[in-house]
Amino acid sequence: MIAFLVLETMMIGTFAALDLTLFYLFFEGGLIPMFLIIGVWGGPRRVYASFKFFLYTLLGSVLMLLAILALYWDAGTTDIPTLMHHTFPRSLQNWAWLAFFASFAVKLPMWPVHTWLPDAHVEAPTAGSVVLASVLLKMGTYGFLRFSLPLLPEASADRTIVQILAALSLVAIIYGALVSLMQPDWKKLVAYSSVSHLGFCTLGIFALNPNGVAGSVIQQVNHGISTGMLFLIIGMIYERRHTREIAEYGGLAHVMPKYATVFAIAMLSSAGLPLLNGFVGEFTILQGAFEASRVWAAFAVTGVILGAAYLLWLYQRTMLGQVTNRKNLGLADLSARELAIFLPLIAWAVWIGVYPKPYFDVLQRPVTEIVERVRPNYGRGADDRLSSSARPRRPQNAMVCATCNPGGAQ
Amino acid sequence: MNQFYTSTDHFTIIPALILVLFGCAILLFDFLVIPTPRHRKWLPLFAVLGEAFAGLGLWRQQAYLTRNGLSELTGFQGSVTIDGFSIFYNWIFVVSALIVAIVSYKYLENAGEHHGEYYGLILFAQSGMYFLATGTDLVTLFVGLELMALTFYVMVGFLRSDKRSNEAALKYLLLGAFSSGFLAYGFSLMYGIAGSTKLATVAAAISARSPWDPVVFLALTTASVGLLFKISAVPFHMWAPDAYEGAPTTVTAYLSVASKAASIAFLLRIYLGPLASARQVWEPLLSVIAVATLTIGNLAAMNQTNIKRLLAYSSISHAGYMLLGLIAGNSTGINGIAVYVMVYTFMNLGAFLVVVALRRSNIIGEDLDDIAGLMQKSPGYAVLMLIFLLSLAGIPPTAGFLGKYYIFLALIQTGHYALAVIATLFVAVAIYYYFKIVRSMFVREAPESSPLASTFGLRVALGVSGVLTLAIGVFPEPFLRFAQTSLGR
Repeated sequence: MIAFLVLETMMIGTFAALDLTLFYLFFEGGLIPMFLIIGVWGGPRRVYASFKFFLYTLLGSVLMLLAILALYWDAGTTDIPTLMHHTFPRSLQNWAWLAFFASFAVKLPMWPVHTWLPDAHVEAPTAGSVVLASVLLKMGTYGFLRFSLPLLPEASADRTIVQILAALSLVAIIYGALVSLMQPDWKKLVAYSSVSHLGFCTLGIFALNPNGVAGSVIQQVNHGISTGMLFLIIGMIYERRHTREIAEYGGLAHVMPKYATVFAIAMLSSAGLPLLNGFVGEFTILQGAFEASRVWAAFAVTGVILGAAYLLWLYQRTMLGQVTNRKNLGLADLSARELAIFLPLIAWAVWIGVYPKPYFDVLQRPVTEIVERVRPNYGRGADDRLSSSARPRRPQNAMVCATCNPGGAQ
Repeated sequence: MNQFYTSTDHFTIIPALILVLFGCAILLFDFLVIPTPRHRKWLPLFAVLGEAFAGLGLWRQQAYLTRNGLSELTGFQGSVTIDGFSIFYNWIFVVSALIVAIVSYKYLENAGEHHGEYYGLILFAQSGMYFLATGTDLVTLFVGLELMALTFYVMVGFLRSDKRSNEAALKYLLLGAFSSGFLAYGFSLMYGIAGSTKLATVAAAISARSPWDPVVFLALTTASVGLLFKISAVPFHMWAPDAYEGAPTTVTAYLSVASKAASIAFLLRIYLGPLASARQVWEPLLSVIAVATLTIGNLAAMNQTNIKRLLAYSSISHAGYMLLGLIAGNSTGINGIAVYVMVYTFMNLGAFLVVVALRRSNIIGEDLDDIAGLMQKSPGYAVLMLIFLLSLAGIPPTAGFLGKYYIFLALIQTGHYALAVIATLFVAVAIYYYFKIVRSMFVREAPESSPLASTFGLRVALGVSGVLTLAIGVFPEPFLRFAQTSLGR
């Protein structure tokens, strides 16, 4: 409990810090409680997983420390609002960008440095997995949006970098989905689906247009809600049966109807069914990606399909059909306490899915600013480096339309 | 200058005088007054008193300098100089000697070697350190070094019935004497160049010559051997793991902290004094040595199963980080070394103190197995150890991060990007072996064994180190200002 509270302090600090050094302090400090949560309360391979988690993330973030120091030396301050107005020399931007990238890419995690994530997720206790998926991973995307893009705009808009990042994101989307399809372990499946979903988030960011970035932010929230729910669902069944083998289950819907319903909602929200939150984020990202490059969008859409495939198949294998394993016959359904955990999350998922306008309204200004900083000429028809047809458009209108007229995504 | 001995002279060495007097008093007292060995447990009070007076002397020196607006005050015709630098490092020595003095009693008694001269030796060693930080004359520095080294040879071999301790002392003595020979050779060459032993005169004479002048080069390399040996930099680090492992843990703590701080002060005095003009020669040399030190220290530590040995290799790698500050060489770097030494004092002392507590009458308590399950047995110690290890690894928000921060910043400021990248990557390596201890403490089951040897003094010392390790990391401002004084404004 202490570890969780310390972790929460660190996470809030990370997202609230307006000073690079302070940000780094919290960013790193968060590792310690998480290490202990996995290492002390984790599963059988917890030691391996916690070490891997710590070493991977640390290796990335020490490089970020160097970049922070270099930026500090160049600008004379680590105050982020001041740094926003400072233009760094191009060579420094490139190196610092790479260093930041090393840190955030591991944290996210992007393919191919994602390997710590399944281990950490599988070994962590349920609460640890939920926090890890919902918040810790977002430190990476937050870092891209907060530091890489606005502070180092020229490096971020670099054609090669954008292409590589998009490629890595697409690989993550498809690879994560394919690996999820093959997983015999329930929790590992969801862990790999995280890789896939975070791939969407980075793709949105590096589409470098308002739709992509806004969608990415929304998708981060969505991922926190839906994957958090999935991990809770797994944790609850694990408490009852002490196994995560998908093959051990089957036909649970007959035994635990409430559980199956909640799982269905979580699964559909994660798969991106319209009227639930996942759709809003994925659709907006795809829209942004399409605007940047049709090829990206084409590949990303296969990720959506695969995502639906592995989740539905998971649902079919565990929940539907006849009860195949006699041990599952006596399982208790969700208690009132457990339902109470899910209800706000479900309500939130539906809210974002049905009426996301408040979120996009909040996002509109910062997103426009970020995009303007990276691509000063965006939206004036002069910059068509990424998009095949650059035409000015008002981002939030597109969002609202997207939700009025669902059905175009899949 | 016409008077041989003035009151100013006296004033410049007063802390050292107090330490030596108290050391002698402890010896006499132990010999003449103490009725039974049981009463020896009151001896640390003498040492504490001595440190208090020495601290008072330092405080008066500091007050005198600020009152008169002086940046330095020399005594004995320029042989010793008190300035912000010397006072800062002497505070480090006072604190570490104080902490070591109050925690040793139970440990030595468990080892069956609690003798009065131990406390005398602590104070004598410290007076040697005083001259290392204060001396501005080759001979004074050398005598200070030898005084410190000789007492440490004795202290490392203090467990007379323990073979490891004897072996460690002999190794340390032989290698130490050998390196002192090199150092003396280098110093004699410097004297030959300058015709004087005053650092300022030597500096002027060396800067008048080309840095590639063979005599200067020879003086530089031979003196470097001696200096680098003392801070246990690779390839002169061989003695450290053996000496650290064999010595009584309290001595190891003292050796790893105070001796290293004194040697760093000495190193800075020489490299930034007489050898400053030969920077283009020693900078690449030290860069190679620093990288080698980081590499060997960190990689060798990964496979250790003895905690003291592991910490010994880790302290080798810390010497590498301190060297990097010198290589950067700007004021951030030198100040960074001061900060590093300060945080290193508390975190390293703290880590060793936990090992001290593991030593019980029937258990040596130095293996990773011995610390297993510490979290269940005494959570307070486990959490403190976690803080110290995190700090040693340089993870924020602990003090160790701050030390590394300034070193890295200095490297970046002076354009040593490659060194900076190497140094940061080794932070991740270091985490691996520090966390081996953490894993042992938190994850593994505790074996059945007697409770930890905890005394009032040990708890106080651990508490102070722990609080400071966190405080420096969380609220660094006053500590940074204190370290700034080492730059002499």
